[in-house]
Amino acid sequence: MAIAEEREGAESAGVVTAWTRKTKIWGIGAGAAIGIAVGGGLYTFVYARGGSYLSDNPAACANCHIMQDHFDAWHKSSHRAVATCNDCHTPPGLLPKYANKAKNGFFHSLYFTTGDFPDPLRITPGNREVTERACRKCHSEITHALEAHPRNERLACLQCHGDVGHPLR
Amino acid sequence: MKTETPIPETVRAKAFRVALLTIVVAILATVAGLAFLTTIIERKQEAKNPFFRVVELNDDLTDPAVWGKNFPLQYDDYRRTVDQVRTKYGGSEALPRTPTAADPRSTLAQSKLEEDPRLKAMWAGFPFSLDFREERGHAYMLDDQTFTGRQARPQPGACLNCHSSVYVAHKQAGDGDVMKGFAKVNAMPFAEARKLVEHPVACIDCHDAQTMALRITRPAFIEGIANFKAAQGVANYDVNRDATRQEMRSFVCAQCHVEYYFKGPERRLVFPWHKGLKVEEIYDYYQEVGHADWTHADTGARALKAQHPEFELWSQGIHARSGVACADCHMPFKRVGAAKISDHHIRSPLLNVNHACQTCHKWPEAELKARVETIQDRTHKLRDAALDALMDLINDLKTARAGGLATNAPALLQAQELQRKAQWYLDYVEAENSLGFHAPQEAARILAESINYARQGQLALRERKP
Repeated sequence: MAIAEEREGAESAGVVTAWTRKTKIWGIGAGAAIGIAVGGGLYTFVYARGGSYLSDNPAACANCHIMQDHFDAWHKSSHRAVATCNDCHTPPGLLPKYANKAKNGFFHSLYFTTGDFPDPLRITPGNREVTERACRKCHSEITHALEAHPRNERLACLQCHGDVGHPLR
Repeated sequence: MKTETPIPETVRAKAFRVALLTIVVAILATVAGLAFLTTIIERKQEAKNPFFRVVELNDDLTDPAVWGKNFPLQYDDYRRTVDQVRTKYGGSEALPRTPTAADPRSTLAQSKLEEDPRLKAMWAGFPFSLDFREERGHAYMLDDQTFTGRQARPQPGACLNCHSSVYVAHKQAGDGDVMKGFAKVNAMPFAEARKLVEHPVACIDCHDAQTMALRITRPAFIEGIANFKAAQGVANYDVNRDATRQEMRSFVCAQCHVEYYFKGPERRLVFPWHKGLKVEEIYDYYQEVGHADWTHADTGARALKAQHPEFELWSQGIHARSGVACADCHMPFKRVGAAKISDHHIRSPLLNVNHACQTCHKWPEAELKARVETIQDRTHKLRDAALDALMDLINDLKTARAGGLATNAPALLQAQELQRKAQWYLDYVEAENSLGFHAPQEAARILAESINYARQGQLALRERKP
């Protein structure tokens, strides 16, 4: 409505007309800026195969070159036949799964763009807990008596079995 | 229509502010998005071509700068071996020095003889008692050998096997036959042979010029490893044909970081592995062939000088047993963009704990460093005790000789023999460049035996019949 009114205003003379022209230009500028951002974002999304990250395909994780070793190692691991990346690295449930993906996706993009990340990579405590819970879910017959919190490192499955998913050596 | 009231000032101002804010946010989002996009494009491009062949390389081209045009990342790291950084026990300090016409070096590493005068007494009469400094990076190997004070005694061309990129020189001296050229250059005086080489160890010494695969260029290692394999029952071992890729990642280093001696008047470089790699097996070999590096000036013992047996000691340790190669810790893999390369800045893993250790050992850096230094502290204490024991034996021998003990007295001969042995065992750990880390228990065992031999030598002198 404001724009319609401005257009009316533009036809009138004097101070009011000058003001509305200025506002109109800024309005168009804002629209263009949003357009460029969204267009560029869409292009980046497609170019970076953003859609693949919504899937469960392990190959998507190796889109980032740094994951190639983990991907190769997973192929040779015992878990290849029973679990993909997402089975151990995302929490169960549709919403938590995609919330986790979104969170990690954002931070991976940030760190890989700035180059500010440790090499060799270290898993974050939160993501480690996700994986620890995944161990205990599938292997519940063995682990059901385990009362330790998944963040209790001393009794974590991963303390000893940390490389079953993708032994890098 | 024209009669309608104009839009109130407050509404217009608000619209203006909203538009401005939208533009600012959109600009920031676009900048971030473009930075992200650019990174992805760069990585994708890097992944497409692991390297670019800018120049043609061949098997006669030594200059690493030319190889570096095709492999700038590796070359850049390789050049960094000029860095002089200390670790707790190793590494070197860059001491300033005024260059002279005879010795143009502007920096030197600290003198080990000044740090511990007992070394001077151990090597009395041998060139190592003249000048022995902390080892520096690969970049200095040729200069440090050319201008060492040890050149006061004649040194052979054989030194260049491991102090220069000598592969092409060997080939040319032997008219295409590396083995022939090797024999020829070994026997030359150092100054003459020095004219044949230009660079410290270079790309061509470990890499095939066409495929970049690792390969062995040093005749002494080809013969040495074949002798060792033969002792283990493997006949006709050809390292360039039979070694696995992971073995090669240690063998290329073992072309030089090993015990050796110069055999006979032809000064042939030989790795004494005919009976095995352990300290006593090498000692047995030296006993069998009757080799001595020199006669000790103060005691008359026919002594042996151990020379950096890194490969031998590492072979007795847990890392070797677990299949970890030299390159895994001293040239660990690292990432540069989308490329994964081995770090050609060869150095102490203690200066690169993150890549060197934490790839396998998921513990904090400080913890890992503390573990290594604990091993080195312990080895250092044992080494000190062994050096003290050896000094005691040397002093007893000097006293006995000054007291008129016959040069062929059985007690004297026995004590000299035990000095030779104690000294060999001690120097085997002392000259080795990990201060026990490559095989902690083995190093401790060797030093304990050294102390035992030195004390036995003292007893032999004390219990002699008058």
